Order: sequence, then C-alpha cells, then structure tokens
Amino acid sequence: MSEAAETARLALPTSARPSLLRRHGIWLATALAFAALPLVFRSGTALTMMSLMGIMIIFALSYNMLLGQTGMLSFGHAVYYGLGAFFVVHAMNAIIRAKYPIPLPLMPLVGGAAGLAFGIIFGSVSTRRGGTAFAMISLGLAELVASSSLILRGFFGGEEGITTNRTRMFRVFDLSFGPQLQVYYLIAAWCLICMILMYALTRTPFGRMCNAVRENPERAEFVGYSPTMVRFIAFCLAGLFAGIAGSLAAINFEIVNATYVGLQQSGVVLLAAFIGGIGHFVGPVLGAILVTYLQIMLSDVTEIWQLYFGLMFIAVVMFAPGGIAGLLLMHAPLVHARALHRLIVPYILLLATTLAVGIGAVLLIETAYHAMAKGSEGGAMRMFGVAFDAATAWPWLVAVALIAIGSFLTRLVWPMVARAWNKGLEGAHGGGRA
Amino acid sequence: MAELIIISTLNGVLFGMLLFLMASGLTLIFSMMGVLNFAHASFYMLGAFFGFQISRRVGFWPGLIIAPLLVGAIGALVERYGLRNVHRHGHVPELLFTFGLAFVIEEVVQMVWGKAPVDYRVPSALDFTAFTVFSTNYPAYKLFMLLISIGIFVALLAALTRTRVGLIIQAALTHPNMVAMLGHNVPRVFMLVFGFGCALAAVAGVIAGPALVTQANMAALLGPILFVVVVVGGLGSLPGAFVASLLIGLIQTFAVSVNASLADLFGAFGIRLAPSSSLSDLWEVTVAQIAPIIPYLLLVLILIFRPTGLFGTRET
Repeated sequence: MSEAAETARLALPTSARPSLLRRHGIWLATALAFAALPLVFRSGTALTMMSLMGIMIIFALSYNMLLGQTGMLSFGHAVYYGLGAFFVVHAMNAIIRAKYPIPLPLMPLVGGAAGLAFGIIFGSVSTRRGGTAFAMISLGLAELVASSSLILRGFFGGEEGITTNRTRMFRVFDLSFGPQLQVYYLIAAWCLICMILMYALTRTPFGRMCNAVRENPERAEFVGYSPTMVRFIAFCLAGLFAGIAGSLAAINFEIVNATYVGLQQSGVVLLAAFIGGIGHFVGPVLGAILVTYLQIMLSDVTEIWQLYFGLMFIAVVMFAPGGIAGLLLMHAPLVHARALHRLIVPYILLLATTLAVGIGAVLLIETAYHAMAKGSEGGAMRMFGVAFDAATAWPWLVAVALIAIGSFLTRLVWPMVARAWNKGLEGAHGGGRA
Repeated sequence: MAELIIISTLNGVLFGMLLFLMASGLTLIFSMMGVLNFAHASFYMLGAFFGFQISRRVGFWPGLIIAPLLVGAIGALVERYGLRNVHRHGHVPELLFTFGLAFVIEEVVQMVWGKAPVDYRVPSALDFTAFTVFSTNYPAYKLFMLLISIGIFVALLAALTRTRVGLIIQAALTHPNMVAMLGHNVPRVFMLVFGFGCALAAVAGVIAGPALVTQANMAALLGPILFVVVVVGGLGSLPGAFVASLLIGLIQTFAVSVNASLADLFGAFGIRLAPSSSLSDLWEVTVAQIAPIIPYLLLVLILIFRPTGLFGTRET
C-alpha cells in the first residue's frame, strides 16, 4: 500500500515536485523540536531520557537499513555499536594523554569509522547469503565478539569496562560538555545529521536497489546488480551509523563495558525497530522513542517489565507486522477522504474493550508473579491503587473475567470498526468519481 | 595423557549426543517450515525445569516421560496458534516470533523459578561410579545420558526411514502439496513434528539438567551453539547435524583441557613478546580460555570455505 504511494510519488514529473520549503520543512521542524525540547522538559531525568532516545533513534534507524530496507535480519547489530563505543573511548583517552587539539563533537567520526571497518570485515563473510542463513551468521559473529570481549581484557576492560572523561577533551567555544544539557545538544545534532543522511540514502538509486534486493534478489540480479554487493554496502553503512550511535552512548555514559556488544543490546534494537515498524522510515524513530521510554519508566513500575516487553513484541509480530508506523499510516486514505471522524466512536469502544483485556492480563501476570516469587512475604499487594490479597481467589477471578468479557466485547466491536472503515473508504472513492 | 584422551572423548561424545538430540528436532523443523526455531533451546530449558519440578513431587523417572510430553504439547500449541498465523507474513516474522518467544520463556522461567540455579539432582538409583579409568571415576549417570541419547538417535533414524509415518514426514518435507493431494493433513503433520522436536529438546533438558546447571540462562548459553551446529552441518541436513554435533562436542571438550597459548607455541622456538605490548592479551590467552568461542570461529571458517555447510546441499 505504502509501496504504491511511493512509486506514485516517484513517477511525478520534476516540475510537479513540491517546493524547497515543503520538501525540507519536516527536517526544519525536527531541528526546531530538538532545540526546543529541553526548554519544555527541564528535569534531569527528562534530559537523560531524551539523550538516550537520540542515541536509540540513530541505532534503530541504522538497524532498519538492514532489516527494513534490505531485508537482512541481523541478531548482532550491537557488535558495531559496541565496537564503535570502545574505539571512541580508547581514542578519547589517547587524545587526552597526548593533548591533541581534537574536540569532543568530532569523536563520533572515530566510532563511525570503527563501525564501518568492522562492517567491512564481518560483512565480507556474512552478506553472501540473505534470509535465515544471514540471520544465523550474524548471531554467530555476535557471540564471537561478545565472548572475545570477556577474553581480551586489555582492550575491552573485562567486567568493569573502560572509563573516560569527556570534559578533559580539547575545548572549542568554551564548551566543557560537563552538563547533561550540552551532551543532549551534541547527541541531538548528530541524531539530526544521521537521520537526514539515512533518509537521503533511501532516496538514492542505491536505496532503491536495497529495496529490490529485499523484495526479489533474483530479479535484482537480472537487472544487473549483484545482491551480495548491495547487501554488503548496506551492511557496511549500517555499521557506520551504528558506530556513531555507540560513540554517542560512550560519550554520554563515559564508560563502556562488555554489555555494549552483547546479544541483549542487539535484541533491544531489533525490538525497537520492529515495534516501531520496519516498513516506513519513521517507524524505527517511533520505536526507539517508545522502547527507551518503556525501558526507563516500566522498570520503575514492575520488576518483570522485560516480560511485558517480550509479550508486546510477540503481539506486534502476530497482529501488526507493520508496527506502530504501519498502524498509523493505514489511516492515510481515511484522512485523505476526510472520513476519520467516522472511526472515533468505534475506536473509543475498541479502546475500552482492549483495555479491559490488557488490564486483566496484567493483573493475572502480576498476581501470579506475586504468588510465586514473593509467596513467603504474604499475599498483600497493590495494583492500580487498589490493595488486595494475592492468596485469595478474587484477583484471579477478576482477571479472568476481565479477559473473557473484554475479548467477547472486542469481537462484538470489531465488525463496527470494519463497517465504519469501509464506509469511510466508500466516501473516498465516491468523492473521487464526483 | 591417555586418561585425558579417554575421558575427554567420552565427555565430548556425550555433549555431542545431547546437542544432536536438540539439533535433530531443529533441523527437522527447519527442513519442513523453512524457519529456524529460535526458541528451541528454550524448550530444552523448559524440559529441564519441568523435569526438576516433577522429580520433586513424584520422582525422576516419571519426569523423564511427563516433562517431554508436556513440553511437546506446548510446542504443538505454539505451532498451531502462533507460528501458523505468522506464517502468512513470511519467514522473517516467523523467525522474529520465535525470537520473542525465547525472550518470553526466559522471563517466565525467571519469574517462576528465580535466577539462581535450582537443586536438580541425579536420581539416587544412578548416583554411583560406573567405572574407573586410571584415577578418574566416571559417573553412571553420564553413561545413562549417553545410552539414552544413542537410543533416541537409533529410534529416530529407524522411525524416519523404516516406518510409514517417517515416509510421510520425509515426503512432506520436499513435496507438501503432493502429500496433501494424497489425503494427508500436512498442517497437522507440521504441528506434530514441531511438537515432537520440542519434546526431543525437552528430553535433552530433563537428562542434562542434573549433570549441567539448571538455571534460567541455560537456553541463552546453549541456543547459539545449537545454531552453529545446524549451520556447520548444513541447513536442513540430518546427517550433517549429527556429524557437526559430535564435532563441536569433541572440540569443545578437548579445548577446555588444553592449557597452551601462543606464547607457549612461539616460546618453544625462542620467540618472545614484550609483556606490556597491546597484543599481550592475544598472546597469553590459552586454548582453554578461548574454548567458548571455538564453535563460532568454526562457523566463520565454514562459511568462508564451504558456505553450504558440511553436508548441506542448499545455500539458503
């Protein structure tokens, strides 16, 4: 669906292209938003969170160059992120020792170069094949690097990792990069640059060939391009941007350890990109923001937040393979037909019933967790501001009832949504004919 | 030296056979559905924990039967209500589904049994020394594990090549449409094979649990090695998986007992490196220390020199 829209836009004659401001307005708006966000959210937590989101946006977008654009499922993207981070920390320490006049804002270039270099090395052995084989190889390489990071203590610093001090770098314009605000603006600037570069890349002939290799490698080969070469280049570039993201993380935390290259980190970026939606450029951005937010906020609320993460991921894979961006952009034809208001009432009903199922499921999981993990402390617990006893049957009954009634009502509401949807679309087509 | 070789060979074959118990199911599932089950090692872990739980209530021996049945049933349900629905979106979502499943299973196991290892013991009937080689006592339980794995291997081979069910499965691998035309319910065959593969992994979990450590990270430790086995053997090749399992089992067991490093090797020729140089880590590290990464090195070498794997016929 989006594919068709893209081709339609491509087919427009050059004279019909939108004006300069309209084409680049979105980036201007993003830049303004990045600049203005710290004025709105002033707290320290918010600043840290926004910095992490910026890093994650670059990382998730670089991952989507593989999965979304070229159709390569990688389980080891953190290798390039982590190696970039390690090289930056070592470079920073060397620069501080030798007192070279190189300022901090240029350091991500070092990490990017490291990511690119390892992308070339590992890409040359792993991109010969796509699909499942590539996924397995990426996993093997990730394990190789993760295990090596614990063996080669000199470079990776063992368990405790390697530290650095960003404030002791050469200063320009008297920027110390001590306060988090300055680090935020550094990350935001790099994030904007990387976003623009990665978006521009999708518009080049190379970007199109990546999509062709994703859709049908055989045909791409008949057009005269080597799928291996296209995959290889995409892989190296993804490594480059992942290295930049890793460098920014190293600058932000001033410490790097083995978890940076670990499988967990690779899993998080996969989750972020996929939950956001791999089919659209904006998807991984949304995913990065949401996943970073949940990682920080959810871990305060519940101890088993990772379980919810996994369940959310499975739900997206099963019911909305387009991710959040896919769900949002599904509504584009309706917006176009000015028929979105038809969906308001069915959506409120749908939200209510789904919420009932969701609350029931959360109640069930939390009560079960409480009963099993903390059974010795007694059954008293609180959820949603209500105190109850997990040792009695009540919370279980309420949870099961919520799930059962909620799913029953969802089934009733679903046809309403479908009807409203079809009516809206009919209006669109009718309008087109008139 | 002879003692070391005999014991390491026994342990290596044992570890290899355990790997094969899992790799066989994984390979069958892959050949059939074209999807590598990321959660396969998680079913092995579930087997170990179910076996532990049952062994506390009714004993080890019932657990050896009940736990695999339970895990097999869970596997079949996962295929029927999860994978089959995702199948229409393509292979990548299928792989991602099993990836998410592995994640969730690990979290659930942590939630129920905690992060610390559980006290899963060898049954008392097998808690004695089978024989003594030089000065090493070889436990009877390990011998029992070896016998079970070999027994299942032989039974599996016989079932696949000699029985009617095996023939239908083999046919469904290559010609699913034709098998469906002949009146067999191919989706049901897939579901049963998936469940059966999970049950095999669970058997491995039940018998490996007492010998290794039963802990919530055991799936994450073994899973990647399992994929190495499947890729090195050749994707979709059962004999390949068998050879690769034994190969990796032996290599890993032997590597752990070799205490030599590059420094020793070059030292024998009189070449020495300044101890403070940045390469000293690489120089001093012993073979035993790099044992965990040897399978992955092997994987990379195989991919460079023989991308189809040892016995594989296809590249993807």
